[in-house]
Amino acid sequence: MAAGGRAGAGPVTRRLKGVSAARARVGSAARTRARLVLIGPGFSYLVVLLVLPLALVIGYTAFRRGRFGGIAYEDGVTGDNFARIADPLYAGVLTDSLRIAGITTVLALALGYPTAYAITRLTARWRTVALVLVVLPFWTNFLVRTYAWIVLLSSEGVVNRALTGIGVTDRPLRLLYTEGAVVVGLLYAYLPLMVLPLYAAIERVDRRLLDASSDLGARPARTFCSVTLPLTLPGVLTGCVFVFVPSLGNFVVPELLGGGRTVMVGNLIRDQFLTARDWPFGSVLALALMAFLVLLLMAQAWAGHRTGSRR
Amino acid sequence: MRRPGGIAGRPVRRPRRLPARRRPTGLVAGLAGLVAGLPLWLTYLFLYTPVVVLVAMSFNRSESPYQWGGFGTGWYGTLARDDEVLRGLANTLIVAAGATVLSTVLGTLLAVGLARHANRSRLLHALSVMPAVLPDIVLAIGLLAFYSMVSATLGLHSVLLAHTVFGLAFVTAVVRTRIAHGDPSLEEASRDLGAGEVSTFLRVTLPGLAPGIVAGALLVFTLSLDEFVIAFFTAGPQDPTLPIVVYSMIRFGVTPEINALATVLLTVSFTVVIAAQRISRLAEAS
Repeated sequence: MAAGGRAGAGPVTRRLKGVSAARARVGSAARTRARLVLIGPGFSYLVVLLVLPLALVIGYTAFRRGRFGGIAYEDGVTGDNFARIADPLYAGVLTDSLRIAGITTVLALALGYPTAYAITRLTARWRTVALVLVVLPFWTNFLVRTYAWIVLLSSEGVVNRALTGIGVTDRPLRLLYTEGAVVVGLLYAYLPLMVLPLYAAIERVDRRLLDASSDLGARPARTFCSVTLPLTLPGVLTGCVFVFVPSLGNFVVPELLGGGRTVMVGNLIRDQFLTARDWPFGSVLALALMAFLVLLLMAQAWAGHRTGSRR
Repeated sequence: MRRPGGIAGRPVRRPRRLPARRRPTGLVAGLAGLVAGLPLWLTYLFLYTPVVVLVAMSFNRSESPYQWGGFGTGWYGTLARDDEVLRGLANTLIVAAGATVLSTVLGTLLAVGLARHANRSRLLHALSVMPAVLPDIVLAIGLLAFYSMVSATLGLHSVLLAHTVFGLAFVTAVVRTRIAHGDPSLEEASRDLGAGEVSTFLRVTLPGLAPGIVAGALLVFTLSLDEFVIAFFTAGPQDPTLPIVVYSMIRFGVTPEINALATVLLTVSFTVVIAAQRISRLAEAS
């Protein structure tokens, strides 16, 4: 194999490129071939198993469902699938999902920012430990993490036992199968994704700017609002995207902790593809999910550009 | 004594004011440190309470996963004899191993190719990070649609190929970071000394990237072990992976066996992550 590679850069190259030999730099054919060998396999893989599937999902939105699932191409194109999203039932699910994912994101930011801030104030040694401790649960099985909250929150669960035990309430509270349980489950699942970009952003802030601000007479709160926060805004937005997007598309947490009462757009997509077998409508919902993602990424890029140019 | 002159002769405040901002000492400092560290402790409390409760409840003799009935390891015995769990575990290991090998090969080649020949191609770059950004459910339904279009049967192979899509993206990203911090002059030296493209790649490029490749491979392996959503959509009904088995255990009939299984999975994940940390630190040091 090595010999073949060497031959490619040698005379064969020149013969192949004979026509444009004057222009061709030595070894340009070898470079083209190297490019093909290196990039080709991965690129083709992604085209076939990523681009094509996504194109299918986008294409499906224009067709009607087949009677037994699948797509009825023979019935021609239609815009009905998009119209259905305005149906109060589905629009309600969409707004519920946005609300739940939004609340989760705000809570993650409220808990994540001070946490990330506290980590940046530790000594270098403890910083690594603190970060690993934040990330560690994230590497464990997602279902296990969700299941743990069933053990905690169910009517005979640990929290209710503790509450009745110390006499806060005489009857178990309804904690599981509520919207609150879904928010807690999502927060638990994605909090590390908020802390990490925030930590990176806060850590990068030049301390001299903070010193300058307080030397000029700003109180800590003012320094935070006018210096730290604007400088860490890209990190804030990255964290928000990292939490909001997977929360919005999640169907496991609403199902296991919401008990079917809290239906989110992820559950709807799952049902359209696996139970109702209405693939076109399921694709429309997936497209809506992607639209939110693109909007958020654009907002994030815009904010990053703004703070970037100000420096 | 001359003051350091400011612009237009205005006196500049001297830096000797700094000590006024010195950190308070003693009790006040301790209290302030505690208040500042409070969010961190709250976060840890939130993150680890469920884990601790889950592990504690797995050493439980009672029939209920919630109720404490005395210490016992009986549920681990039940778990070890559960054929469905063992089959799920075997399936998961096959998928994770296959996806890791495939992702590592394709991802490493792609990373080197992108860094060398297409560093400014925004399309290729976007394509290579896309699977990591895309909501998993969108990738899952897309792949389901694709498999159904080509009339592929669903089984372990369909999950393996699906996991390689995101695995490839992660390996590419990790290896590219390694390349960015690497030293291209070594490869140039190799070529100047007469080595061909292929032997330079095998003897110089790859060994230099090894820590990145290993880190990427470990990442894919762990992600694939735990991946549920895409496997749920692309696995054949006869070949559930372990997460799918866990999911149906949680949905239909909760017993302390799940707590035992969860504890085992937690232990494995924690060990792999800490081992990965160690390996990457050793690689950095060498």
